[in-house]
Amino acid sequence: MAGVAGGNDFQWCFSQVKGAIDEDVAEADIISTVEFNYSGDLLATGDKGGRVVIFQHEQESKNRPHLRGEYNVYSTFQSHEPEFDYLKSLEIEEKINKIRWLPQQNAAHFLLSTNDKTIKLWKISERDKRAEGYNLKDEDGRLRDPFRITSLRVPVLMPMDLMVEASPRRIFANAHTYHINSISVNSDHETYLSADDLRINLWHLEITDRSFNIVDIKPANMEELTEVITAAECHPHQCNVFVYSSSKGTIRLCDMRAAALCDRHSKFFEEPEDPSSRSFFSEIISSISDVKFSHSGRYMMTRDYLSVKVWDLNMENRPVETYQVHEYLRSKLCSLYENDCIFDKFECCWNGSDSAIMSGSYNNFFRMFDRNTRRDITLEASRESSKPRATLKPRKVSTGGKRKKDEISVDSLDFNKKILHTAWHPKDNVIAVAATNNLYIFQDKIN
Amino acid sequence: MEVDRGAMECAVDAQSLISMSLMKIHSSRTQRGGIKLHKNLLVSYVLRNARQLYIKEKYAEIYRMQQYEEVMAVCSGIQELDPLEPLEPQGAEDAEPEQPVRAAGCGEESRAAGGREPEPPYYRSCCMEDQFSQNCNKTTVLDLDTHVVTTVENGFLHQDCCCAAAPQCAPGAAARKRKVDSAACSPDAEEPSDYTAGRKRLKREECSGADCSPDASNISNLISIFGSGFSGLLSRQADLEQVCSKQALASLGAWTRAIVAF
Repeated sequence: MAGVAGGNDFQWCFSQVKGAIDEDVAEADIISTVEFNYSGDLLATGDKGGRVVIFQHEQESKNRPHLRGEYNVYSTFQSHEPEFDYLKSLEIEEKINKIRWLPQQNAAHFLLSTNDKTIKLWKISERDKRAEGYNLKDEDGRLRDPFRITSLRVPVLMPMDLMVEASPRRIFANAHTYHINSISVNSDHETYLSADDLRINLWHLEITDRSFNIVDIKPANMEELTEVITAAECHPHQCNVFVYSSSKGTIRLCDMRAAALCDRHSKFFEEPEDPSSRSFFSEIISSISDVKFSHSGRYMMTRDYLSVKVWDLNMENRPVETYQVHEYLRSKLCSLYENDCIFDKFECCWNGSDSAIMSGSYNNFFRMFDRNTRRDITLEASRESSKPRATLKPRKVSTGGKRKKDEISVDSLDFNKKILHTAWHPKDNVIAVAATNNLYIFQDKIN
Repeated sequence: MEVDRGAMECAVDAQSLISMSLMKIHSSRTQRGGIKLHKNLLVSYVLRNARQLYIKEKYAEIYRMQQYEEVMAVCSGIQELDPLEPLEPQGAEDAEPEQPVRAAGCGEESRAAGGREPEPPYYRSCCMEDQFSQNCNKTTVLDLDTHVVTTVENGFLHQDCCCAAAPQCAPGAAARKRKVDSAACSPDAEEPSDYTAGRKRLKREECSGADCSPDASNISNLISIFGSGFSGLLSRQADLEQVCSKQALASLGAWTRAIVAF
């Protein structure tokens, strides 16, 4: 599978954009998570208003087989509603923090969606037939007068327009005191983990009234708190292994076979801090915002504020690769602290073959790094470059001195346009990039 | 902690960072979705870093003021005093490397005092706090899991503070802290009134002793809250004990008398 643009044989081009064009963005429409399913046929997004929208990949048209098909809306439903915790006088946001698909086992599709407190298992199923000819009720659904029924008939299944239904099958609630930041389906397809700031719980997909606490880093005295859990993920193949990252820039790998409570890690990944780069904000920028295993399960990737690091699971003392996403922001940390942008949590993702990685930045820029060629590229998700199959032009931020033509200076970057959530198709070179309330889909140009 | 201030794009000083951080913490209490533990933890790190620098700079300012005045006279009188060894090799961090060495005792003392700065701020703030509000040393914490309310003494710091451990140093150290504190806190008294209002709301969970002077450094009160809160951020106990014993030595003698005079 091809890697990142840069060579003559590979270029990213615009495919589609979903969402309103309106400049005035409603807060509820801001996309908060993006996830392809295992086959890449379905693409789910969650937003701050608690809604989930699922897009389905339509087959390529027979007339033009050289084009990939498009993603069209498949199902939309309200996953979470705002709630109020009366005991603590807290409002619980309906924002969808994460969506994770389950591997498909039958005709229906299942996904887990979570807000700050509650995880829900949704079943998305298609209905294209309808039973007609009931005995006790007529076509409108009104009950028939039993005395009028003189004969019996067997209802017949008749075709109908495709209807996609989403129904909540399980609700996993009341297990988290703090805000849930991650969910991850285990490779056994039976269990999954959920992580909040201080605890990680292991659930069985069938059982909602109980979960096992497997990590608890809450100190006996909360005054001694020094770090929180920021992300967690199950290993893609070893169902006993999971990792969690912390606000101190460390990653712990745990083996559930070792103990019931995995407070003691099996491996501890940390890169020593460079003392020459110490600043007021060192702790903030070292906090890890996302951790993702590679598809192979041999590596994992972490995202902190300024960089992406690839770790070999066999080497704990430093990452094997480090990629700078927007190092030019290091001298702007003060302003970014003032406007709260320094707290933005960027995600990262692997391509299907683990040869490339992608993460977002500001000004609707996103960055891709080819691990083999060490080439990187900056692209922009914007309406201006949204002509059908238009090739995306690489962008560049000028870091000082003279600004070349077509470069953009650091001070002109729009920090309100941030790309926090991106997803890469598990098999093809198709990517989904969430830019505030718009979802951009890009694909490679098939020559 | 060495702060690379050269890398700061905006010339934001420690004090504005402190007020910015406190405003963030205050506004997070009214944000939708409840207090975000992760964000507040990160803000408290910035607060700690800024406070360290702020106090270090204040001390440097004080010592600079004192040095060129009456201390001259005192130094000539106490030349026989053994020079103190600098505590930790952090003399490089001293805000004023160019101390003119007038007398061996003086130069060493001031350098030693400067070298102590990075470590003691936490213990010093406890002492400062002590001067203003003897009773304002409690934090009330609601555990979100067990719904148990506990009151934690600020004495977590208090035990390690030389004020308790070494009685003879108490008057001198206290006197010095008072001097420092009044200088450090006078700008804080001009904090905008909305911070005061916010602080009052914040303080509803905290014990407000009768001695709590409302205007006397709202900042330093909140700082001491976060000094005791997230106390894992503090340096280790051993360092504090070491500081205390040296502090005891340092406060003896004419040096102290000179400070107290001002």
